[in-house]
Amino acid sequence: MRFLPAGDQAVVVEFGSVIDPEINALVHRAAAAIDASDIDGVLEMVPTYRSLLVYYDPLEVSLHELQEQISGLAIVADEIRDEFRIVEIPTLYGGEHGPDLEFVAQNAGMAESEVIALHSGTDYLVYTMGFSPGFPYLGGLDMRLHTPRLPSPRTLIPAGSVGIAETQTGVYPVASPGGWRLIGRSPLRLFDPLASPPTVINAGDRVRFVPLDDEAAYDDIDRQVKEGTYSAITRVGR
Amino acid sequence: MSSQSIELISAGLLTTVQDLGRRGYQRYGIPVCGALDPVSLRIANVLVGNPEGEACLEITALGPTIRFISDSVVALVGADFKIDLDGREVRTWESVEVSAGSILSIGAASDGLRAYLAIAGGIDVPPVMNSRSTDLKGVFGGFEGRPLQDGDSLPVGDSPHVADWSQRGLPAGISRQPTFGQEFQIRVVLGPQDGEFTQTGIDTMLTSEYTVSVDSDRMGYRLEGAEITHERGPDIVSDGTALGSVQVPGSGQPIILLADRGTTGGYTKIATVIAPDIGLLSQALPGAKVRFTAVSVEEAHEAQREQESMIREIKSHVDLDLTGAVSVRSEGSEVRVVDESGGRIAVPDVTGSRTSTRTISTIADGEEFEFELTTAFQ
Repeated sequence: MRFLPAGDQAVVVEFGSVIDPEINALVHRAAAAIDASDIDGVLEMVPTYRSLLVYYDPLEVSLHELQEQISGLAIVADEIRDEFRIVEIPTLYGGEHGPDLEFVAQNAGMAESEVIALHSGTDYLVYTMGFSPGFPYLGGLDMRLHTPRLPSPRTLIPAGSVGIAETQTGVYPVASPGGWRLIGRSPLRLFDPLASPPTVINAGDRVRFVPLDDEAAYDDIDRQVKEGTYSAITRVGR
Repeated sequence: MSSQSIELISAGLLTTVQDLGRRGYQRYGIPVCGALDPVSLRIANVLVGNPEGEACLEITALGPTIRFISDSVVALVGADFKIDLDGREVRTWESVEVSAGSILSIGAASDGLRAYLAIAGGIDVPPVMNSRSTDLKGVFGGFEGRPLQDGDSLPVGDSPHVADWSQRGLPAGISRQPTFGQEFQIRVVLGPQDGEFTQTGIDTMLTSEYTVSVDSDRMGYRLEGAEITHERGPDIVSDGTALGSVQVPGSGQPIILLADRGTTGGYTKIATVIAPDIGLLSQALPGAKVRFTAVSVEEAHEAQREQESMIREIKSHVDLDLTGAVSVRSEGSEVRVVDESGGRIAVPDVTGSRTSTRTISTIADGEEFEFELTTAFQ
């Protein structure tokens, strides 16, 4: 565990630099321990794959005091959950919905159809939520699909876009800028601010991308989502 | 139920409802949003008798024209805008009484970019996840999750009854209004990933002049200038993005993350703008020049204490006689209310988020009681 100042109102508590289920479990455990400890001046936290960003009020606690108190907490990894939810993400790969599918395929030295088969052929662990409302950070991307981010992020990515960045994959719930390589798009609505909970997917779930055959299949689900008649398909796994 | 409202005859260039942001939901990926210049929003609220974190209109470059349906009190704080009320010019950075039917026109910014129009009682749109801030990317919060448009009518909350508004300006000794100009000196704390950059890259950032790009918005300021070089590469496994993070993608051109930023990101962050300078930075127009100075975390905290003491000075100067029968004296974060009559008084809510009217039946004439205000800056 090391501390990295992120300005004067936040500090990164870092547990590692790679995507690893055990490191991630430590992150969530640390967040729970800090929540339970009631340290003065802690405002909120952002758990990620490998680190915890702790926002604090410097008028209430100094950085030094905060670090000492966090260091003093007993932080051990949780037991791995034996039952989990699998959320299916219907996805139309390639074409205008996935403008970078060709690049990802070239980068991997394989056909686009192989990229789709690899990407949709596995259950991904939701390590954490972040970046934008309801955005799931997924672990378990096949090494052959690892692709660098864009050198400069796009200024606007449509909601539902499915992307790859380095060792990660995910789906954008709301339109936003972003530097991920886009390989497809899902008509699913992953975030509703007035729903409770506002997010469809949560940390600890598994996610599986299910390829859609064509534009018509995409449009059909899109219509149902807009009418409010579509509910995400979830299964229980263990 | 609020009975007052305002009507936007014209909405201006980018006018949104903002408070101090949506706190506590970043772990679900929900951005903070809120005022880009939180200090100006707080002072504007103080000047109209609101809790510091009340929802205001954030005005950008060109302001709205507003018709008031009922009597009110307003204050515009931040960049220098020309404003007039029913054809006569009125001043910014002080409270202005407005009568029902009046029209307030806010023109173009002549120095700086953004200002906050506080209205006594606050903009009373429904809170979403405990905040009235507009999330433009998520399209929720504020007024229908969008920038205001011509013809919009906004509800205004009940305001405390203030006996005398004549003292509601800034105290002597506090410069009435800062000037921003076209050159900005911004203080940063290095990190959290300064170790991912070459020493040359860090030196480049701290010695070069950067130009604010036209692509800048409420999410972030894109800067153009000398390329900042990485030690290994621009990507890391995504981690949290603090307010003011200076991220550097592969292009070597820095992007400073602001109120509407995503909660996490995967580009290396060389430094973080200190909180006391965030509002200043948000006043920079495209084309403005930015230079960075590195300071320690402790120096940044000292700068924040100075800023807080300036706001406290304004608060203690501003006459807070709420009904004539009640007097309020503030000292630090503690507020002492002296009620000389008993009965109903309007006091700032202890959560610092709303004004509420409370019936205080147990209090005797002249009795003093104390309550604590949480600092709305949180």
